[in-house]
Amino acid sequence: MSQTVATSRPTPTRDQGERSDAATPRRRRPRIALGLTLGALTAAFVVPLLLMLSTSFKSPQEANSLTFRLFPENPTLSAYSEILNNPEIPILRWLGNSLLVAVLHCVLVVVLAALAAYALAKMDFRFKKAIFAAIVATMFAPGVIFLIPHFLIVNQLGWLNTYASLVVPSAAGAFGVFFLRQFFLGVHPSIEEAARMDGCNRWATFRRIAVPLAMPAIATLAVLAFLSSWNDFLWPVFVLFSSEMQTLPAGLAQLQGENAARFDLMMAGAVIASLPVLLVYVFAQRYIIDGVAAGGVKG
Amino acid sequence: MAQIPIAMVRSSGPTRGSDSRGWRVTPYLFVAPFLALFVLFVVVPIGAAAWASLHAWSLGLPNQPFVGLENYADLFGGTSVLSVEFWKGMKATGLFTLLSVPLLVIVPLALALLLNQKFPGRTFFRAAYFAPYVLGVAVIGLLWHFLLDRQLGPVNQILRALGLGGDIAWTTSLPAGWVALVGATIWWTCGFNAVIYLAALQNVPEELYEAVKVDGGGAWRRFTTVTLPSIARVLQFVVAITIIASANMYGQSALITQQQPGTSTRTAIGFIAQTGIQGFNIGASSAMSIILALSLMVVSGLVLLAFRKVGDSDS
Repeated sequence: MSQTVATSRPTPTRDQGERSDAATPRRRRPRIALGLTLGALTAAFVVPLLLMLSTSFKSPQEANSLTFRLFPENPTLSAYSEILNNPEIPILRWLGNSLLVAVLHCVLVVVLAALAAYALAKMDFRFKKAIFAAIVATMFAPGVIFLIPHFLIVNQLGWLNTYASLVVPSAAGAFGVFFLRQFFLGVHPSIEEAARMDGCNRWATFRRIAVPLAMPAIATLAVLAFLSSWNDFLWPVFVLFSSEMQTLPAGLAQLQGENAARFDLMMAGAVIASLPVLLVYVFAQRYIIDGVAAGGVKG
Repeated sequence: MAQIPIAMVRSSGPTRGSDSRGWRVTPYLFVAPFLALFVLFVVVPIGAAAWASLHAWSLGLPNQPFVGLENYADLFGGTSVLSVEFWKGMKATGLFTLLSVPLLVIVPLALALLLNQKFPGRTFFRAAYFAPYVLGVAVIGLLWHFLLDRQLGPVNQILRALGLGGDIAWTTSLPAGWVALVGATIWWTCGFNAVIYLAALQNVPEELYEAVKVDGGGAWRRFTTVTLPSIARVLQFVVAITIIASANMYGQSALITQQQPGTSTRTAIGFIAQTGIQGFNIGASSAMSIILALSLMVVSGLVLLAFRKVGDSDS
């Protein structure tokens, strides 16, 4: 199948190419240059994160001192205990809100897109061409024109300051349907024909044959949907108002606004906000990265 | 299972033609949930934005009288406060896009070419460079607001220790503010673009490189005659999504520079949200979003055209 998610496995031919290269005497210097470049780059990416971590373990005095130390002189959990015990800063609630919203959004996107994409790829019905043309046409509409109308609709529905305002409107995008339809088109008709011969109806064929086959594409879409919801900043800042409804981005902005001079507190907040995604990322980074790559190359 | 015989009949040849003309409910059941949301949150909004932009619709007005192109005329007239602030935001958006897009296209490409070499631990480096992206804009904003603080931020403290000044107001002055926003954005998102490039690079057939090598071509010729043409489609995609993402920049300017100095780093989309959602000036903000959207479409069209040209000269 040509549709499998790209992997980082090098091809055998490349392997040989590298080896013939390696035989030349010029080999050593490029290797050292490569090592130095990688070292410098990795430092550039990792050091800011280390500074975030180390500052979160500093006392307020040390975090705000004019002599900077990479590691805290007297490591303390004071920033963490302050942030976790302050009812004005319900950061765990914000974290939970963000995770809940991102997961619900992701599930909604995947379910709706998979159903619609399957019908558009594999079934015959009236208006099919018109519906697909409309979906594709809106893919070129820049997101900014939806901002004010979405606010009006969410307001009309009484959804301001609710999870629904974050989960639903952005789930109607055309990309998921377009992306999964491409995949379903690639599923050979004979596989489904066989399933139908075995007594599967349309729904069972979809559930037991098409969806399992499309799993790589569905996973890609899920990753992209999760990340876009997790990253959303402008919309939650403007449509959520009560403190306990905030998502992490909106809550952290509020934290920054109210504690401008407390870098220990802000960095502790940033660390708490980073931990869950970083943990998931460490275990699933391969799938997350491959998913994004597949979305980009095939999209 | 009652459906079995029906399904068998449907899948057999002769009935197919009449079948597709008839009204079968299953396909519509599959499409309906998505379509309902699609109509409510995509089709209706496009119409609503256009409709609202032609009406005077704001807080305190009892109804929404039709005013034609007055909202647009007002914005293009350039005298009202709204117009001045809007174009200031458009300028900020344009400047940020202009500064960040070339770097966000080229730096990740260099990174991807580097990661496309074969060396141990490649997957680890790829993961490390992508990591900032998963943290989200809020954490990145908080972090860089701290790192770039004039007095206490590590960046200035390190510069001071090295004897390189170290009194730059990264977040509150210009042009340092733009350097801060572009720099933090590159740090945050360049792994994302690099991963997309890398996937494309791994699909380039090795034989093509071998052919250039046999012809005596060096690394640069391999890059221009094999790499670039092979990834042209993905390059175009990356340019397009990067322009769109940069033109929608809001979080960084809200959190890192807090739109300072004054409101100089407030982007157009930030001003549109403020005008429409906080100020409930629906008519004007809708006209603004349509102006921004059309400008974006023009720019995307130009990018598409530019790539067509490149493709033509190749063939």
